[in-house]
Amino acid sequence: MLDPTPKARVLIGKPGLDGHDRGAKYVAQVLRDAGFEVIYTGIRRSPEQIVEAAIQEDVAGIGLSLLSGAHNVLFKRVIDLLKERGASDIVVFGGGTIPPKDIPTLTAMGVKAVFTPGTPAKRIVETLDTLLAQPA
Amino acid sequence: MSDSNLATNLKTSRDKYDAAVAKTLAKFPEQQKTFVSASGSPVERLYLPESDPRAAYTEQLGFPGQFPFTRGVQPTMYRGRFWTMRQYAGFATAEESNQRYKYLLGQGTTGLSVAFDLPTQIGYDSDDPESLGEVGKVGVAIDSLADMETLFDGIPLDKVSTSMTINSTAAILLAMYIVVGEKQGVTPEKLNGTIQNDILKEYIARGTYRFPPKPSLRLIADIFEYCTKEVPNWNTISISGYHIREAGSTAAQEIGFTLADAICYVETALKAGLKVDEFAPRLAFFFAAHSDLFEEVAKFRAARRLYARIMRERFNASDKSCMLRFHTQTGGVTLTAQQPDNNVVRVTIQALAAVLGGTQSLHTNSKDEALALPTEESVTVALRTQQIVAYESGVTNTIDPLAGSFFVEQLTDRLESEAKQYIEKIDAMGGMVAAIERGFVQKQIEESAYRFGQSIDSGERVIVGVNKFTSKKEPDIDLFEVPEATQKRQVDKLKSVKANRDANKVRAALSAVTEAARGDGNLMPPILDAVRAYCTVGEICRALEGVFGQYTESFN
Repeated sequence: MLDPTPKARVLIGKPGLDGHDRGAKYVAQVLRDAGFEVIYTGIRRSPEQIVEAAIQEDVAGIGLSLLSGAHNVLFKRVIDLLKERGASDIVVFGGGTIPPKDIPTLTAMGVKAVFTPGTPAKRIVETLDTLLAQPA
Repeated sequence: MSDSNLATNLKTSRDKYDAAVAKTLAKFPEQQKTFVSASGSPVERLYLPESDPRAAYTEQLGFPGQFPFTRGVQPTMYRGRFWTMRQYAGFATAEESNQRYKYLLGQGTTGLSVAFDLPTQIGYDSDDPESLGEVGKVGVAIDSLADMETLFDGIPLDKVSTSMTINSTAAILLAMYIVVGEKQGVTPEKLNGTIQNDILKEYIARGTYRFPPKPSLRLIADIFEYCTKEVPNWNTISISGYHIREAGSTAAQEIGFTLADAICYVETALKAGLKVDEFAPRLAFFFAAHSDLFEEVAKFRAARRLYARIMRERFNASDKSCMLRFHTQTGGVTLTAQQPDNNVVRVTIQALAAVLGGTQSLHTNSKDEALALPTEESVTVALRTQQIVAYESGVTNTIDPLAGSFFVEQLTDRLESEAKQYIEKIDAMGGMVAAIERGFVQKQIEESAYRFGQSIDSGERVIVGVNKFTSKKEPDIDLFEVPEATQKRQVDKLKSVKANRDANKVRAALSAVTEAARGDGNLMPPILDAVRAYCTVGEICRALEGVFGQYTESFN
């Protein structure tokens, strides 16, 4: 890293009804430690609320965390809403209880990175450093 | 030999040992500078008797089935009967889940444990926009009594005990279970089972709340009161440390926060006019079993002793009300997506911890649950794991076999004392509701989770297959999938139920629920009537919400 400060703004969101947010909170803290500015939405937010918050807060990336199995539907809804709002430049990544076979589906709909359980924090930070690199 | 001579002797031998250790360490240092438990607490090289254990025996340990229940809640424990083997299950619609229950009963489970989907748990119907993507995903979708009738079709409710993981909507699902019983000709006093009904830990850790704390606690007190009279064998609550631990707490926090929740429920019921010995014997608990075997065994023993003391000292309860009976589930967060077969071994250690700790019932996780809901095959292995512990390991032949271990006893003492300190802090804040509203409990858990995560990310704590002994090979594993058409099928069924019920009865029943919510009478009778009229979970919740309002987590 040539310029470690300041890094991008990121929104960590929990779409749908799933209340398991240990992972979301951990990733939020790890990203803060790495110099990102992080906003965490809290649990049980609708895709509409998440997209609205992302646009309001002018974030560069949205990280979606879901452990309930509803990722194929809810991640897609977030991406569709971003398109509708002309905000497709916001990078979407995600994580949670996601079967390997769903990852290509998520990638195809525009999710830029999927971090499943056990992903080292370092790899998440490195991936986001690349995905959210600020123009010099 | 006198006690002081013994102590001097021990001291001399100890000094000799320490000198020998110092020599060894000079040549062969230990693998780590400090050794810590899964909860991050220091673990000594060797534990010695701190005092003559016989002196404190009666007070600290006592006998199984007797106060303070450190060694177990029954006089014969597993020599009389094994724990209930209960696998948490449910997915898609009631038809599929009914098939899974019948399969599990055929394989030797001795109790049912119902997993509901998130819309059912929070009180949204399957056609509600809030339910998008979630119908039938983490459990079975139940919209009305019609689904509940299907769920227990061919399962006689007087022959099986059923545990239901349901909290903010517990009153409604319990009402449905009672009515299914009526339809099978089983009267409420013959029903056996448990509802989780523990809303406080939903605000703390699990997230399926719907109403604010005050009306939620009223619903709980109403259930206590109703069941005391009408469903006497029902466990009216399962006060849960499991989700607190899953969210990242330490073992001591798991006990401390769970018992602080218990104190709040007991106080709520007392305020509602109930007598402690009427309802307290039906309070049950639910803990996690993680992989640090001795810490977990000590945790269960410490929880039993501390609860017994609290119930006697604070509430003047009878010994029967002082018994902490608990269900255990192996630790979901300890499962790894990498090398899933390794999870079978983790679950075995955790199941052993639960049994050595004296659990009353046990769910063993399946190896594929870091990736998806379990397949029938992996559930079978999980069930077999506890059957092997029960029938082959021999650990059930005697009661509380680790008692008297210097390590386990000192660990039990320490966990009890640490948990007690958390309870004192929460008391000082004005009780659990205040502590939650302040974010104290959530923050404590979050910090522990962060420390744990960092210890893995730094490599200080080894997780086999994750940060050591890793493999490039992707797991070759067939995963379970909830059928694509679930939501549509469930919504179609809901439509047909709505088309075939008596609309006037529905309207009247829902107004009665609203009326009762405004007043201070028991909510169970009007909810039972609403359920009988095939009102949906969503409709009944909206009626309650109209009076109670909705809870939203605040962030700072």
